[in-house]
Amino acid sequence: MASSRLRTQFFSDVIFNRGIFLSEVQLRRYSSHFVYTADSEKTTSNGTKSKMNMFQAINNALDIILKSDSKAIIFGEDVGFGGVFRCTLDLQKRYGKHRVFNTPLCEQGIIGFGIGAAVAGSTAIAEIQFADYIFPAFDQLVNEAAKYRYRSGNLFDCGKLTIRTPCGAVGHGGLYHSQSPEAYFAHTPGLKVVVPRGPIKAKGLLLGCIRDPDPCLILEPKVLYRAAVEQVPEADFQLPLGKADILIEGTDITLIGWGTQVHVLKEVATVLKDSYKVTAEVIDLVTILPWDVTTICKSVCKTGRVLVAHEAPMTSGFGAEIAATIQENCFLNLHAPVARVTGADTPFPCIFEPFYLPTKWRCLEEALKLLDY
Amino acid sequence: MGLNRSLRFAFNISKSWIQIYKTYSTCPKFPGAKTTFTNQLQFTETSSYAPIPIFRILGPKGELLNSSDEPKLSEEILLKMYKDMTVLNVMDKILYESQRQGRISFYMTSYGEEATHIGSAAALDLDDLVYGQYREAGVLMYRGFTLQQFVDQCYGNIDDKGRGRQMPVHYGSKDLNYVTISSPLGTQLPQAVGSAYALKDTNRVVICYFGEGSASEGDAHAAFNFSATLGCPVIFFCRNNGYAISTPVEEQYRGDGIAGKGPSYGINTLRVDGNDVLAVYEATKLAKDFASKEKKPVLIEALTYRVGDHSTSDDSSSYRPKEEVSDWLNNDYPTKKFRHYLESRGLWNEEHEEQLLAQANKGILAALSNGEKKKKPKWTEMYEDVYKFMPLHIKKQQDAMKDHLKKYGKYYPIDSF
Ligand SMILES: Cc1ncc(C[n+]2csc(CCOP(=O)(O)OP(=O)(O)O)c2C)c(N)n1
Ligand SMILES: [Mg+2]
Repeated sequence: MASSRLRTQFFSDVIFNRGIFLSEVQLRRYSSHFVYTADSEKTTSNGTKSKMNMFQAINNALDIILKSDSKAIIFGEDVGFGGVFRCTLDLQKRYGKHRVFNTPLCEQGIIGFGIGAAVAGSTAIAEIQFADYIFPAFDQLVNEAAKYRYRSGNLFDCGKLTIRTPCGAVGHGGLYHSQSPEAYFAHTPGLKVVVPRGPIKAKGLLLGCIRDPDPCLILEPKVLYRAAVEQVPEADFQLPLGKADILIEGTDITLIGWGTQVHVLKEVATVLKDSYKVTAEVIDLVTILPWDVTTICKSVCKTGRVLVAHEAPMTSGFGAEIAATIQENCFLNLHAPVARVTGADTPFPCIFEPFYLPTKWRCLEEALKLLDY
Repeated sequence: MGLNRSLRFAFNISKSWIQIYKTYSTCPKFPGAKTTFTNQLQFTETSSYAPIPIFRILGPKGELLNSSDEPKLSEEILLKMYKDMTVLNVMDKILYESQRQGRISFYMTSYGEEATHIGSAAALDLDDLVYGQYREAGVLMYRGFTLQQFVDQCYGNIDDKGRGRQMPVHYGSKDLNYVTISSPLGTQLPQAVGSAYALKDTNRVVICYFGEGSASEGDAHAAFNFSATLGCPVIFFCRNNGYAISTPVEEQYRGDGIAGKGPSYGINTLRVDGNDVLAVYEATKLAKDFASKEKKPVLIEALTYRVGDHSTSDDSSSYRPKEEVSDWLNNDYPTKKFRHYLESRGLWNEEHEEQLLAQANKGILAALSNGEKKKKPKWTEMYEDVYKFMPLHIKKQQDAMKDHLKKYGKYYPIDSF
C-alpha cells in the first residue's frame, strides 16, 4: 500500500499546499515599471487618518456609503466574499446579502440590472471583475446607461449607477488582464469616466461618483490596490469630478497622465530636474470625461511643451483627444508638437510588457526631444 | 345539380367546417406552437418536470455497478486514460509549485476534473475540433500535447506556439485541432457553433467546453439557440464543478442546472457523473455519434467538483470549508476511482503506479528545466500578427522602439529575449 499512501500524501500536499520539491530555485519577482509615491499631506481634509492601501480605501468608501445611504446596493461577480481584489471585503457580513451580493457570471446582466436598479431609486454600485471583461456590457453602457436621460427628455435617468472596474498593467496580465479601455467610453456622451492614482483619490472619487447625478465609470489601476499606500482620512469626503490635479509645478514642459502612469511621469520629472536642470509640470488628468481642458491648456500655454502618456494603444487613445484640443487652444504657445508616449498599437502582450508600456525611459527620451526641438 | 347532391354538398361543407372548427379549438395555430389549449390556469414550475438523472457506470469506490454498462474499450485505451489522468495530476502539482516559486507567473490546476477531460477526449477523433475554456489541459494531453509544450507555453519561451503573448495555460495547437484558449468567458460557445456549421458536410464534430459559471453569459444563450435552429454538429460540454471562483452554483442558477436548459432550446441533453471517466466516455461517444449523424447539437452536463483553488491567484479556504474539499478528495476522487476499477480488472497495481509517478515526475521536471533555459521570443515579435501584414503605423512603432533601445537598452530585460 506504499503507493496509495504516496498518492494520498500527494493529494493532501496539493490541497494543503505543502511539499516544495524544486529546492534549488531562486525566487524571481516581477519588478514593476513604476515607483509609487503617496500624495502629499495637503491633498485633503483634517480629521483622523489611517494608513490604507487602495483596496482598503475603496472598501472604506463603500462601507461609508452602505452605512449612510440605505438605498445603496453593491453587486457583481464574487463580490460576496470580498471580490477578487478584496475591495468588498466583509461588507456582506456587515450589511447582509440583500445589499452586497454575487450576481451570476454575466456582465451585460450586471450593468443592465444596475441601470434598472438606479432607474427605480437604488444607489447601484456594480463591479466588473476586470475592465477587460466590460465589453459584453458595452451595449448596456453605451446605448443604455449613457443615453437614458437624453432620450427620455430627462423623464428617466440612471445617474445613481456607478461602475467600478480594475484596469491597467500588472506585470503578467497579458491580453485580458491588462487593458485600459478608457477611450472607448470617452467616446460616449453621457458617461463620466475617472481614474484614481492612489488610495485618497480612489476613496474621494468613488464617493464623488456614487453621489454624482450621472452614471460614472471608475477605472481602478489594479497594480495600485496593494502597491499604493497612503494616510487616508477616515471620514466621509468627496473629490470633484472633471478637475485635473497639478502634482508637480514646473515651467519647461507639461507631462500629462492618469492612473499608474502619473507615477511614471513623476519619476521622469525627477530625472529631468536632477540630471537636466529642467522643471516639468506633472498633471494627473483624473477625469477622462468630462475632462479639465482649462487646467491642461493653462499649463501648456505656460510651458509650451507637452507630453501625454497612457498605457492604452496610441491610435484613438485619449491622448489623441488631448493633443487635438491643445493644438486648437494653445497653437501659438507651442514650441514643439504635442508628443504622445503610449502602449503600442498591438493587443497587450504578456511577456513583452516591458517593451509595450510607456516606460519612464521612453517618456524621458521623448521629453528630451521636445526640449531640444 | 339535384337536391340530393346539393344537400350532400352542404353537408360535406358543414362537416369540414366542423373539422376545421374542432382543430382550431384543440390545436393552437400560433406559429411555432406545439401544444394544446387548456382551461387549467397553473404555473409550470421546476418541480413540474423530473430533474434529469445523472448517468454513471462506476460507483464511488470504482466498482462496476452493472456489468452490461461496461464500455468496450481496449486495455490499451483504458491504460492511456488512466496514465494521462495521473500525469495531469503530477503536472498540475509541479507547475503549481513552480508558480509559487516565481518561475511561472500563473497557473490553473484541474484536480478533481480529470475524468471530464480524459473521458470526453477519448471519445473524440483527432479530427474533431476542440474549443476549451482553460481548465481542460487533460483534453490536450490526451490528444498528444507534450509536457514540454505545456511548460513552454507557461514560460512563454521561444518554443511557445503562442509566442509568449498570453498568460500561462492559454494553450493552443493547430496540429491537434485545439483552438487557442482566450480568457473572456463564454466567447468560445457561439464560435464553436459557427465552426460546427462550417463542418456540417464533413463527419467531423466540434466540442466546446465551458464552466457552469460561463453558462450564465449571454454568449451561451446565443450558442444554444443558434446550434439548434441552424442544425450544427456541436457538443456543448459543461464542466459543472460547483464554483465559479467563489460563487457557488446556488448563486449561479436556479432550476435543473445546465442540463435543464437543453430541452427548452430543443437540444438533446445528457447529464453525467463527471467523476466517472467511463460514464463521461460513453456520454461523449453517444453525443458524437448523434451530432455527426443527425447534424444536431448535444448538451452534456458533467457534474464534478473543483478540488483545487480556482487559480494560483485564489485562496478557496476563504469561501468554502476545507472539509468539503477533503471529502471530495477522499471519497469520490476520479483518478483514484478509476484506478480501483483497473485494479479490479487486474490491469493495474502498486508497482505500475510507482513507476508511473516516478516517470511523470521526472518527465515534468526535465521539461521544466528545459523550458526555463530557453530564451523568450525576440521582443520585436510583439508587433507581429496583429494583422497578417504589418501596417505602416505599427512598423513605425517597432522602428521607434529599436531606436529607443539603442540608447536605453540597458534598462530593459533584452538579454532574456
Ligand atoms: C467575460 C469574463 N468575465 C469574468 C471573467 C473572470 N473569471 C475568470 S474565471 C471565472 C469563473 C469561471 O467559472 P466557471 O465558468 O464555472 O469555470 P471554472 O473556473 O469553474 O472551471 C471568472 C469570473 C472572465 N475571464 N471573463
Ligand atoms: Mg465552475
